[in-house]
Amino acid sequence: MRTLLRTASMATGFVLACATASAAGQAAAAPPANDDCLACHSDPAAARANGSLVAVDPATLAASTHGELTCVGCHTDLATLAEYPHADTLQKVACASCHADVGSTFSDSIHSRARERSGLNVAPVCASCHGAHDILGTADPKSRVAHSQVPATCGTCHDGITQRFATSVHATALQQGDANAPVCSDCHTAHDIQRADTLEARSDATAECGSCHGSLTTAFVRTFHGKVSQLGSGRAATCASCHNAHDILPASDTASTVAPQNLQATCGTCHEGASARFVQYDPHPNPDDYGRGALLWWINRFYWVLIPACFGFFGLHSVLWFWRSTREARAHGEAAR
Amino acid sequence: MTTHVRRFDTPARMLHLVVMVSFLGLSATGLPLLFSDAAWGRFLAGLFGGIHGAGLVHRFFGGVLLLAVTYHVASVSWRAFGRGERGIFWGPTSMMPQPSDVTQFFQQMRWFAGAGPRPKFEHFTYWEKFDYWAVLWGTALMGAAGLILWFPAAAARVLPGWMFNVALFVHGAEAALAIGFIFVVHFFNGHLRPGKFPMDLVIFTGSMSAAEFREERAGEFARLASTGGLAPLAVEAPTPTEQRRARIVGTAGLSIGMALVGLILYAVFS
Repeated sequence: MRTLLRTASMATGFVLACATASAAGQAAAAPPANDDCLACHSDPAAARANGSLVAVDPATLAASTHGELTCVGCHTDLATLAEYPHADTLQKVACASCHADVGSTFSDSIHSRARERSGLNVAPVCASCHGAHDILGTADPKSRVAHSQVPATCGTCHDGITQRFATSVHATALQQGDANAPVCSDCHTAHDIQRADTLEARSDATAECGSCHGSLTTAFVRTFHGKVSQLGSGRAATCASCHNAHDILPASDTASTVAPQNLQATCGTCHEGASARFVQYDPHPNPDDYGRGALLWWINRFYWVLIPACFGFFGLHSVLWFWRSTREARAHGEAAR
Repeated sequence: MTTHVRRFDTPARMLHLVVMVSFLGLSATGLPLLFSDAAWGRFLAGLFGGIHGAGLVHRFFGGVLLLAVTYHVASVSWRAFGRGERGIFWGPTSMMPQPSDVTQFFQQMRWFAGAGPRPKFEHFTYWEKFDYWAVLWGTALMGAAGLILWFPAAAARVLPGWMFNVALFVHGAEAALAIGFIFVVHFFNGHLRPGKFPMDLVIFTGSMSAAEFREERAGEFARLASTGGLAPLAVEAPTPTEQRRARIVGTAGLSIGMALVGLILYAVFS
C-alpha cells in the first residue's frame, strides 16, 4: 500500500514537472514559480558542475523573512528562464533594489570599499552576515544578526578580536542575558563600519561609550585629555587608551588595565614615570560630587561666587560710570553752546 | 614746549607691553581648550597650527608672562629693600590698597549718583590697584596651576594626582575671570569709557597732557604742585610717530581682545 502510494506520487510529480516544463517551453514569458526552482534545488545534493552546493531547504526558506518572496524576485536573471538546467553562475543578487537605504549606507563602509575599490574578495557582502535563503530578523534569537549572535557572526572573519571581546565585561554581561550589553555593531555600527584608527573615529568612540556611560564621558570631555582630543589631537588619551577597546575589564578584575595595581603601568604608557601619587588623578572628575573630591567641590563653589560677584560689581561700576560720563558730557556741551 | 606730564617710565611701559602681548597670546591659544565644544575651537587652534601648535605657543607665552612678573616682583623688591626707596609699600604713589582707596571709592559712587564731585585721585586709583593685584595674583595662581599641568610627573613627586584635577579647574576658572576682566572691565576703565574712547595712549607713550593730568589726578597734581615735584615730570608731547605707533599697538590689542570676547559670547549664547 505504502509502496503503491509512493509510486503514484512520484508519477504525479513527474507528470507535473513535465507539464510545467513544456508550458515554460511554449510560453517563455511566464517566470518560473518557486516550486519549479525547488523541484531541483530542494535536493540536498543539488550542486554545480564544480561540486559547490546550490541546495535550498524549502522549510528554511519558508521560515525566513523572505519566505513570501519569489525566487526570481531576487535572482532576477532567472525570470525569463527558458532552459533547464540554467547557467552555473547567475548575476549577484541586488539586495539594495529593495533595501536602498541600507545599500547606500553600506556602500561607504570599510567592508564595501574593501571589495569594490580594493578588490578584496573575502570582504563581506550582505549575505555574509545575514545569510541568503535563511535570513531572519534581528528580533529572532536564531538570526545571525540577533543581538546575542553578532559577536559570533563578526567572529567568522574577525576571530582574534572576537576572542578578546569574549573575555570582556561587555561579553560577560551579554552572556548573563543583559540586553543592553554592547556587541560589535553597537560601537562599530552594522552597515556604516569605518576604520577605527582615524581622528574622527577617536572622537566618535567617546560618544559611543557615552551612549551608555554618559555621566563619565560628560566628565571626561571637560578634562584636558577630553578637550584636547575634541580639538583634533591624536595623542591625548580617550576611553580606549586606558580601558582598552575589546577586552575591557572592570577595575575590580586584577587583569584590568584600570585595576588599582595596574594604573601606574597604564598611565605610564604616555606619562613616563607615573608614580603612585600620580595615578590618584581622576580621569573623569565631577566638581559637583563632594564625595569624589572635596577640594574640587569647594573650589567649584568658590568660583561660582567669585566670578559672578566680580563681573557683577565691575559691570555695574562700568554702567554707572558710562551713565555719569555721558550726562556730564551733555551738560558740558550745553554749557559751551 | 613741555605740555605733558610723565606718568610711566620705560620699564613700566615695557612691562605692560610684554604682559599685554603674552596675555593676548595666552588667551587666543587657551580659549580653544576652555571652549573646546564651541564651533570655533578647532578654527582658533588651527591659526596656531592645530591644538599642539596652540599648546606650544601657550607654553611659550606662559613662560614669558611668568618671567615678566617674576622680574617685576624682583625689581620692586630691589627698589624697596636694596635701594631703600620709600613709598613703595605705602603712601600716595604705592600700589598698596589703603584707607584712602575706600574713601575715594565711595566718593566715586557719589559722583556716579550726581551727588558730589569726582574724587581727587592720587597716582593710582582703586580700580587700577584692583587691576594690578588681579594680574599679579592671577599670574601666580594660573602660573602655578599651569606648571603643574605642564610637568605632571614632576609635580606628582610632591602633590597627589587629584591636584591635576584641581589645577585644571583653577586654570580654567581663573582664565575665564581674567579674560572677562581684562577684555571687558579693564578695556572699559582704561580705554573705552567716554573721555578716553577709543583708547588711552598714556601706557604706550608714557605721558599725558598736563590738563588731563590735572583733572584726572587732582590729588597727585596738588601734592606735586605744593612740593615742586611737577617740574621734573614735565616732558614734551609725544611726536606724531610715537603717537601713531602707540595707536597701532593699542588698536591691535583692543581688537584682538574684543574679537575673543565676541567668540566667547557666541559660544555662550549659541
